[in-house]
Amino acid sequence: MVFILPIILFLIGLFGVLVKRNLIKIIISICIIDYALFLLLAMIGYRGEGMPPIEVKGIEYVKFVDPLPQALVLTAIVIGLATTALLVAIAVRVYQKYGTFDIDKIRKLKG
Amino acid sequence: MSYIPLFIILPLFGAFVLSLVRTRRFGDIFANIINLSLFILSLIIIRFGTIVYKIGGWEPVNGIPIGIYWVKDGLSTLMLIIVNLIALMSTIFSVNYMERFTEKNRYYCLFLLMLAGMNGVILSGDMFNLFVFLEIAAISSYSLVAFGTESEELEAAFKYQVMGTIASSFILLGIALLYSYTGTLNMADMARVIAIKNSESGILNSVSSISHFQLVNFVCGLFIMGFGMKAAIVPFHAWLPDAHPSAPAPISAMLSGVLIKALGVYVLIRIVFNITGMTPVFSNILLVLGTLSIMGGVVSAIGQWDFKRLLAYHSISQVGYIILGIGLGTPLGILGGLFHLLNHSVFKSLLFLNSGAVVYATGTRDLKQMGGLNKRMPVTGNSSFIASMSIAGVPPFNGFWSKLIIIIACIQANRIGFAIWAIIGSILTLASFMKVQRYAFFGPLNEKWKGIKEVPGFMRVSMVLLAILCIGMGLLLLPQVREVLLNPAVEVLENGIEYAKTILL
Repeated sequence: MVFILPIILFLIGLFGVLVKRNLIKIIISICIIDYALFLLLAMIGYRGEGMPPIEVKGIEYVKFVDPLPQALVLTAIVIGLATTALLVAIAVRVYQKYGTFDIDKIRKLKG
Repeated sequence: MSYIPLFIILPLFGAFVLSLVRTRRFGDIFANIINLSLFILSLIIIRFGTIVYKIGGWEPVNGIPIGIYWVKDGLSTLMLIIVNLIALMSTIFSVNYMERFTEKNRYYCLFLLMLAGMNGVILSGDMFNLFVFLEIAAISSYSLVAFGTESEELEAAFKYQVMGTIASSFILLGIALLYSYTGTLNMADMARVIAIKNSESGILNSVSSISHFQLVNFVCGLFIMGFGMKAAIVPFHAWLPDAHPSAPAPISAMLSGVLIKALGVYVLIRIVFNITGMTPVFSNILLVLGTLSIMGGVVSAIGQWDFKRLLAYHSISQVGYIILGIGLGTPLGILGGLFHLLNHSVFKSLLFLNSGAVVYATGTRDLKQMGGLNKRMPVTGNSSFIASMSIAGVPPFNGFWSKLIIIIACIQANRIGFAIWAIIGSILTLASFMKVQRYAFFGPLNEKWKGIKEVPGFMRVSMVLLAILCIGMGLLLLPQVREVLLNPAVEVLENGIEYAKTILL
């Protein structure tokens, strides 16, 4: 049932992307979507009372947490960083051209 | 055997070198050499069968794969050839076309990164590795759309990136759920586990069986949304008509010609056919989405007067044909769909290069202001005539054969309704390209364009080569030639979830 929580966070981010009219708020909503996915991935790897998956002499291992999703989260964070950086860079250039962050005023392209 | 990593190493190495060097001529020569060698490599690997390359040499433990696999089978060979062919033609075209932009080497750097991402997506046999390469290709394509940094281009790039990032999030969510369910990321192993759980839940028929099918269907829904957005199938197509025309012409050719197919169509059919297994429900979903795309794209295209925007709408409609053919699930339908994928890459990139040549010579994209360009630019005019006839499906050219196969496959599978929609779409495409030819290339020469010249040599070379391919590619259907390229690709999809057995030896 705990898995509902990141899904709710995901939906909040999706709502923000669809409803907000400001470029920066859209970017923040996309970040929220990313965080929801990172949390979901980290939770998938969790095992109740699991040990960290690092081998130390003299300790007996009964239960590990799954290390693979943790590696995936790190990769996903890096990808999220690249996406956000490029989005912010484009938003800055858009502001220089249009003088506004309001997407209702940024419409030179016709349908 | 060690040819496989070169498809990713070479373009990554080229991108690294080009980001350091500022000399203009060096960029032209270096990028073209890398793309030429990639194309030759993709021709060399045709003669090998299925190759599995394990990164780092990690062998499976107890039959369970633990490393990342790169897999080359019939379908990936077909995709590799077409991706690297179009990339080579686009870089040849860029030599002259990109002269007017500053920072040409940065352009080649992003181009090669995008190519590395696409080759990686096609070769990857591991779900998360696939996602990483997909993001490499997608992020470099966002920045290439914004390359001109004019206001329209920035606006289109922002829209494209927001839609693309949402699509990637759906894909990552689907991958996370699949991993938590199967406990593996290897695509072949995933297929094996899902097949086992399928048969178990069929026998037990308990509460768990309901949740099994619910979960697999939910994940497939996420993938159809995510990859459908990347492939611009109709309910998810809103970004394409803005993004593709805004990019520089060789990039439009890459985006419309191969990117939407490598990131969207290819991965979607790989997952639906080889991992979760094709069911009648998905077949129907794909057929309906394909038909919607055919009609939606072509109807929006008819009223367009912007040359590149019109071509972008036709991309949506032609991807619909591919989805329709493959969605039928019969061998003939898959053959038609894959062959149309090949053909569409060639003629759509040729058309975008033509539009680039027109913009290069006249500086306008508005069809109403052109007129009689054939008299001043015979190479551009004639090659665009060939491409227009191909996309409209006029007999001797390649587009006719693939559309014919798709329509025959529809009729054989007793789906007459879809066949009729496909024919209507084809007629509307013909009408729309008659308009392009009439207003842009035939008719009296517009007074304004008295002084224009034909475009420079390298641009002409790539257009002529693609036009020759448009005429000659129907030959790929001859029985002996088909054995080499198309049949292995069709077999991969026909085998369905047997894919797992060929990889996990």
